[in-house]
Amino acid sequence: MSAFVYLYRSEDAAFRAAMGSPEQMQKSMQKWMAWMKQLGEKGHIKDQGHPLERAGKVVKGKKAITDGPYAESKDVIGGYTLIEAKDLAQAVELSLGCPILEGGGVVEVRPVLKTNM
Amino acid sequence: MELHEHLFRREAGRMVATLTRIFGVENLALAEDVVQDAFCRALEVWKFRGVPENPSAWLMATAKHRALDVLRRERTVRTFAPELGRLLGSEEALPPAVEELFAAHAIKDDQLRMMFSCCHPRLPEAAQVALMLHILCGFSVDEIAGAFVSTHAAVEKRLVRAKRTLAGSERLFEIADAADFAVRLPAVHRALYLLFNEGYHGASAEAAVRVELCQEALRLAALLFEHPLGSTPATYALAAMMCLHAARLPARLDASGNLSTLSDQDRSRWDLGLVAEGQRLLDLSATGPELTAYHVEAAIAAVHAAAPRVADTNWTQIVSLYDTLMTIGPSPVVALNRAIAVAQREGPGRGLEEIGAIADRDRLAAYPFYYAALGELELRRGRGETAREHFRAALALARNAVERRFLEQRMDACLRPAID
Repeated sequence: MSAFVYLYRSEDAAFRAAMGSPEQMQKSMQKWMAWMKQLGEKGHIKDQGHPLERAGKVVKGKKAITDGPYAESKDVIGGYTLIEAKDLAQAVELSLGCPILEGGGVVEVRPVLKTNM
Repeated sequence: MELHEHLFRREAGRMVATLTRIFGVENLALAEDVVQDAFCRALEVWKFRGVPENPSAWLMATAKHRALDVLRRERTVRTFAPELGRLLGSEEALPPAVEELFAAHAIKDDQLRMMFSCCHPRLPEAAQVALMLHILCGFSVDEIAGAFVSTHAAVEKRLVRAKRTLAGSERLFEIADAADFAVRLPAVHRALYLLFNEGYHGASAEAAVRVELCQEALRLAALLFEHPLGSTPATYALAAMMCLHAARLPARLDASGNLSTLSDQDRSRWDLGLVAEGQRLLDLSATGPELTAYHVEAAIAAVHAAAPRVADTNWTQIVSLYDTLMTIGPSPVVALNRAIAVAQREGPGRGLEEIGAIADRDRLAAYPFYYAALGELELRRGRGETAREHFRAALALARNAVERRFLEQRMDACLRPAID
């Protein structure tokens, strides 16, 4: 088994638009929980990860600390999860059920670099 | 931890009501934004950390923190609720004041304030109902459009206008004033009645949507009778009527999803808990000198609920209750229902005579169940051909697939020789 990180990216505006009514939000919430639960039951979750605040600081040297915008990535990372999968193909396969995809968001699947230590 | 069904929707209503009380009615949009923020936050955190022990309290606490932020940040640029001006005036007074405003009893009162505010006399009834559904029940424009078989644009226009009227009223309705409360109460009853009816008799083909409307009407009616000024005989009667009707909802569609009339329903599927609650509320309504249409409608529903089989129904009592209803709130639909009850007691011929005698019968011309009733009675007295024509007319007016299927089946029944 290898380790992968899922980075959940979405644009703030799109994220809000995809929320819709309270009823839709609840449905989306329930879908997300079901997806996580199912990954967990199959032993693919190494660490559930954390949500991230959508704003912070961008540091580009001591004199270039800004509040963003995160110009390089219009899609803000809203959180991450540490996944265990056989290979990249499986990690991608497992990510397809992520509800963020229905709301125009993106899952970035990145293998954790293997070291020989 | 599983989320309670429609939890977000209901919490949205509670949060908007309280935030609007704090921000002032002209800042309704701001209150809605804060609620949206609280939900976004919940979603982001719960996805990773799981649903908290008490999700309602979590959401309310988040809304409370956001409210404090907004009040601190915008105190100098915005005018918040004028009625709370002094309370929210100073930096030190702010946190305890907001804490107090988020207490459970305060949130209940806020929902009532909002309910009464939505029933502003300058708003048409349809707008009052839409506004209550939107603000207090957390229904989106699309969800309301779906429930009322209307378009997104039409509902949105209605809501925008209604919100403007609401914001223009400067402050929320004050429920502490007993005299004002009593004056506005009938309009609130009427709006809740219409909301319930939209669920019970409405045009939406989605049984689930209609059940939700009935549940929301019941929930709001309960908020009303739990308040000392709201617990009038008429409120109890209205709530009783809702319970006794809602008790029959599980039997309205049969196993194959077809519409089942009162006489054909599998009565074992009636909700006995709701029947008992309806009966309890009906007993509570039986005080004071006033007899409202709600009392009579609840009493009619109670007579039906008391009959284990159709044959056991006390039709004499029902006809006499309809007679009373015709004196309190006469309408062609009431007269039609009375005629149907007469037919049950004295045969289809008498029922048809009564229908023929309805004064403003032409007002029933667009009502599919007027023709369906004519068809049913003609069929019962063996005139299949005539009956079929009436059902055909009803079919042309049917509002959804479920009604259409039902009426097609009735048309087919006219081709079979009558058994009785």
